Amino acid sequence: MSAQTMEDRPVEIERPPAGAHLEAIGVSAWFASHKVLERVSLEMRPGIVTALIGPSGCGKSTFLRTLNRMHETIPAAKFGGEVRLNGEDIYDAGRRITETRRSIGMVFQKPNPFPAMSIGENVLAGPKLNGTRVARSDRDALVERSLTRAGLWNEVKDRLFKPGGALSGGQQQRLCIARSLAVDPDILLMDEPCSALDPGSTNVIERTIGELKDEVTIVIVTHNMQQAARVSQQAAFFLATDGTPGVIVESGDTEQIFGDPKDQRTSDYVNGKFG
Amino acid sequence: MTVIDIESRMAEPVDDEPRAIDPGLSREDKIFHGSVRSIGFFVLIVFGSIGVFLGYQSIPTFSHYGFSFLTETQWNPELDQVGIAAVIVGTFQVALVAIVVSLPLALLTALYISEYAPQRLKSSLVSLVDLMAAIPSIVYGAWGFAFLQEHAKYVARWLSQYLGWIPFFSVDTDPNAALWAQTQFTASAFIAGLAVAMMTIPMACAVMRGVFAQAPVGEREAAVALGATRWGVIRSVVLPFGRGGIIGGSMLGLGRALGETIAVLLIISPAYDIKWSVVEVGTQTTSSLIAGLFGEATSFQLSALLTAGFVLFIITLVVNMIAAVFVGRSRSGSITEA
Repeated sequence: MSAQTMEDRPVEIERPPAGAHLEAIGVSAWFASHKVLERVSLEMRPGIVTALIGPSGCGKSTFLRTLNRMHETIPAAKFGGEVRLNGEDIYDAGRRITETRRSIGMVFQKPNPFPAMSIGENVLAGPKLNGTRVARSDRDALVERSLTRAGLWNEVKDRLFKPGGALSGGQQQRLCIARSLAVDPDILLMDEPCSALDPGSTNVIERTIGELKDEVTIVIVTHNMQQAARVSQQAAFFLATDGTPGVIVESGDTEQIFGDPKDQRTSDYVNGKFG
Repeated sequence: MTVIDIESRMAEPVDDEPRAIDPGLSREDKIFHGSVRSIGFFVLIVFGSIGVFLGYQSIPTFSHYGFSFLTETQWNPELDQVGIAAVIVGTFQVALVAIVVSLPLALLTALYISEYAPQRLKSSLVSLVDLMAAIPSIVYGAWGFAFLQEHAKYVARWLSQYLGWIPFFSVDTDPNAALWAQTQFTASAFIAGLAVAMMTIPMACAVMRGVFAQAPVGEREAAVALGATRWGVIRSVVLPFGRGGIIGGSMLGLGRALGETIAVLLIISPAYDIKWSVVEVGTQTTSSLIAGLFGEATSFQLSALLTAGFVLFIITLVVNMIAAVFVGRSRSGSITEA
């Protein structure tokens, strides 16, 4: 009996990461006849943060936007290849596009809260927009949980009815993260989420990313090499030279990409020789 | 010595007054600035002098009839009974019918063009709607009289049959009679309003479309990325952003409808009673009153007609000013920066 209670400590249970598995296979993208991506393949695994790095105009943001079908919202944009969410092609004709976007959330470069809505309404905008019923009694809990996950709850809990546009830039961006999390996505895509923010807010958001990575699969585009090194476990280096479409030059563990890159161009880029 | 020197130099800029700063306009800028400003003032002066002229012309009428000019319903210069109460009511009835009909049509047209129409259709749809504004109002009037009325009287009868308990749709005849009095349902504010609606649609639609097109891309993408349908984007982004444009466009249309003359003159048969019903035969509006009686008016009657014009001038001025306030008030800026 006493032997059984000897170890009276919580047992560390190894839980598999909750996010989904996303895989791009031979993704090409065009704007009208101009090709910006050519046969890009990348596996984005649950539990880790994938950073997409590369100089401006290399197609990394376009690639990110093909992952939740935002690319095609631009007139004359075209797409080729496959994007598989847990093995199923999201471009499959039978799939509902709104459902795909609901499960693959996105945070944009410029914070874009709905200015006509309050902070609380912003968080609840997703379920309302895609027709997911949230019982009135669950709404407050959803708002609190989403804002807490985005690291904003303590700053705004007393003014949830104030307009979302009245927050600072960094708070607005975390509100947008909370809004994306409120629909409970499997994947979270972030397109340079900190490029418009001050270092303090950047720090908070990076910490948030670290806390979220076991719950959702995160893919982040960033221009900031240090940020990529700090937040990601996997990195993909994009490059487009002299008007050719963007390709992935090298991808792999972040440590390896930054510490021991195989390709000379990767080495030059991560060491600040260009870009 | 040196110490005093430094102190006196430091004391100099203590004069804490705003300085006159030369904006540094070049000669070209000054000439352009001056000419644009004088043209702007010229427009205001023309506009103001119309108001002053009308106001001056209405002095004899107001001094003769006094306040009763605004409360008297009949227009019988021979019996010295002249007033615009019924005419003002009729003016608003025609205008309101026009707005009620044109607002949903203009709104949905604008939403379709800005949100749903495929790119290659957009420009031709826009010019088609703009073309509606290019049709002379006499054509709309003739169309309303010769074509629309023949069909709309059935709608008017239907309204009277089923909604006759609402004063707006009650007609002093039995709409259910086998041989129903068809003429009782013609030449009304309702039919005139339908014709005027065709003229207010393009204006209201253009204003709304312009505002919808400015809805921020970032917010649209935010909604789409959350899994919103197109209707969701419209509801959460486009309509809240465009609210000022919707209200302003409708008010501009109302201003247009209040002043519409010739189409109304062709359709209505003049009647000078204040009545609720818009579907019953007979009404009168301010502008068609003026147009109808202008030719055979004595100089004193002319003053009375110009006084009616003065009242209409003031009303449309107020309506358009309210519209301008709504169109100019951008939701995004005003709330975000608060």
